[in-house]
Amino acid sequence: MSILDQPSSSSLSGGGVTRRQAWGLVGLLAAAIVAWLVFAVWPAWLNAILISKKAFVSAVLNGLTLAGLYFLVASGFTLIFGLMRNINLAHGSLYLLGAYIGYEVTSRTGYWLLGVAAGFAVLAIIGVVMQVFVFRRLEGDDLRQTLVTIGISIVAADLMLAVWAGGTYQIATPEWLDGALTLPVITAVRSNGASVFLTYPLYRVVVLAAAIVIGVGLWLMLNKTRVGMMIRAGVDDRAMLSASGVNVHAVFAIVFAVGAGLAGFAGVVGGSALSVAPGEDVRYLLASLVVVIVGGMGSITGAAIGALLIGLAEQIGLVYFPTYGVVLTFVIMVVTLAVRPQGIMGKAR
Amino acid sequence: MHRRTLLALALFTGLTAPSMALAADDTIKIGLLATFEGPFTVLGEDGERGAMTAVAETNGTVAGKKIEIVKGSSDASPDSAVRAARKLVEQDGVKVLVGPLSGDEGLAVKDYAKTKPDVTFINGTSAAQDTTLRNPAENFFRFSTDGAQWMAGLGTYAFKDKGYKKVATVAEDYSFPYTQVFGFMAEFCKAGGHVPSKSWVPIGNKDFSSVIAAIPEDVDAIYVALGGADAVNFLTQYQQAGGTAPLIGGSITVDQTVLTSKGKLRDVLKGTPSAGPTADTNDAPAWKSFVAAYAKQPGAFPSPSLFAHGYYVNMKATLLALDQVGGDVSDGGKKLREALSKLSFDTPTGKVSLDKNRNAVADIFLTEVTEGSDGNLLNKLVKVVPQVNQTLGIPEDEFMKLGAVNRDNPSCP
Repeated sequence: MSILDQPSSSSLSGGGVTRRQAWGLVGLLAAAIVAWLVFAVWPAWLNAILISKKAFVSAVLNGLTLAGLYFLVASGFTLIFGLMRNINLAHGSLYLLGAYIGYEVTSRTGYWLLGVAAGFAVLAIIGVVMQVFVFRRLEGDDLRQTLVTIGISIVAADLMLAVWAGGTYQIATPEWLDGALTLPVITAVRSNGASVFLTYPLYRVVVLAAAIVIGVGLWLMLNKTRVGMMIRAGVDDRAMLSASGVNVHAVFAIVFAVGAGLAGFAGVVGGSALSVAPGEDVRYLLASLVVVIVGGMGSITGAAIGALLIGLAEQIGLVYFPTYGVVLTFVIMVVTLAVRPQGIMGKAR
Repeated sequence: MHRRTLLALALFTGLTAPSMALAADDTIKIGLLATFEGPFTVLGEDGERGAMTAVAETNGTVAGKKIEIVKGSSDASPDSAVRAARKLVEQDGVKVLVGPLSGDEGLAVKDYAKTKPDVTFINGTSAAQDTTLRNPAENFFRFSTDGAQWMAGLGTYAFKDKGYKKVATVAEDYSFPYTQVFGFMAEFCKAGGHVPSKSWVPIGNKDFSSVIAAIPEDVDAIYVALGGADAVNFLTQYQQAGGTAPLIGGSITVDQTVLTSKGKLRDVLKGTPSAGPTADTNDAPAWKSFVAAYAKQPGAFPSPSLFAHGYYVNMKATLLALDQVGGDVSDGGKKLREALSKLSFDTPTGKVSLDKNRNAVADIFLTEVTEGSDGNLLNKLVKVVPQVNQTLGIPEDEFMKLGAVNRDNPSCP
């Protein structure tokens, strides 16, 4: 076998580059183009095509921060699915409830961080309660679990409408998160030679940073800790994990708590960046479904990649072809399903 | 099998029973169609308050019959509005229907109205131009004015009094904002102004920061025609992004549904000129007594929104006409529709009558956002533009030549 392989691979390397090197070159070239797009002063023809450098760079940055938000919601969703094979269609309701709780706590105490903590904690508890009282009773019955979660989401939406009515709420961010950052990116040069730098809301940068920190934290937890090991083992073979003496129900409860808590956390963070209103639950459920389908069910890395693709597609679509922007998201989903049905990082089962 | 047939029969009787109840002679059913779900929920709820204010004025009776309001809910999408209208007409058996609320819904319900010639449709607050201007339905009446009429006086005011020469627009991507932008630009462009950039965003969009970044920096002002949660999101993010250009508001952008929102957007809104069918600081006694009657409704805003006003006016017209015909719609509503088309009455905002397309001719109010003595934001009355008709005072054939409103019409870059 190795003898047969030898000539072909040597002929390839004889051409100067291996497959790996070629990909590396492509990557380097892409990075160089992106760096040039961000840091160079654009010539007029490029400004003419892409409206303006400010519009383009802002759209990309917004895409990244939106991706951060989507990742926060979708990571909990994918974690729960990965372990329990259960599509929790009430995940969007958890997001919205977290946002409302964050609003109540923030407006009553005046401390935004307390609101964020409350959003996470309350929803984590609700997650555990849902796991114990709903999912444990329907274990192994995927269809019924899915139907029950749809039911929960409908009931929850109406209950929230009854309590908080149909108004639009804005969670007030603290002073130290207000204002804009001046980025070292020149968007234009005035006729007197002064450079115009890009300004960007500080809060959005914080959202992105939080998403990255949480993403890395989740990855470390899954790959470097004992609990993470159990979760991964559970994803691969639940029965075997249980047989080797691990309390599977406790693991399930932890995963549900983390997943639901992240949705609540995202609710408060997202509700501060954008706003809280009825209907957000469905929007974020749909977003996390698309993200998870594109990224691959049950993979944290996949959720990150999926969120990045969808976030960027939504924002760039909104600026350059607003009417058909929504289609772009679904084109990405359809192409993924056609080429790689299990998702970009998903394992074929 | 037999049991199943029985069950189906039982279900069927259950479904048809309500429409049989219509036969009761001492009540009259009126369908009320508004957005009780989706992004325009707050707007729909205030529309209901307005309609109920009109019903309360006659103590819930008309021509000696008890009024029974049957509610239908839509989510601002045309198909949901038609579904709700069908439910009201075909299941609940209403012969008179007041609604819907939003522009695209109005166009869809108008088309549905053509298939139900013996049901009388009276608009809620939907304000797309072509609901009545092009290809109207014989049995669809609009006593509230359309979105272009609402803009009367604003374009001239922005150009002459405010001195804005170049304005960018940001609006939702459907028929009502097209109509509003048309109404604004019709005057603004004629006065000599330019609109170099128009952004159309999908309804229900949350993240406007990319749209804000794409607005040219050299414009004098930004015309914003967004409603409900969309307006709140845009204004907040505009403030966050450090936007400095002054704003010009579409009718529902500076409505009470937005002005009462909590958050930092208040600072951005102060001083924003706008125009619409109502003004909060209107001193007319008729308006004041309407505000007092409206305030009795549960959950009322500090001042009625234009949705409360629109639903009130249309419901009031319905009740007045029903009273004239003695509450009799047994002839397929023929007499009722005759009464409606001849109806002319005094509303809290002045006299309203219908044109030949059954669209209202009414007063329009030019306003500016100010802070009231109690800290609430209000629309201060600047000027009344009397009796604006659907062609904005332009002769009809000339007006029709301007073409149907859409994303690219009108244009003056």
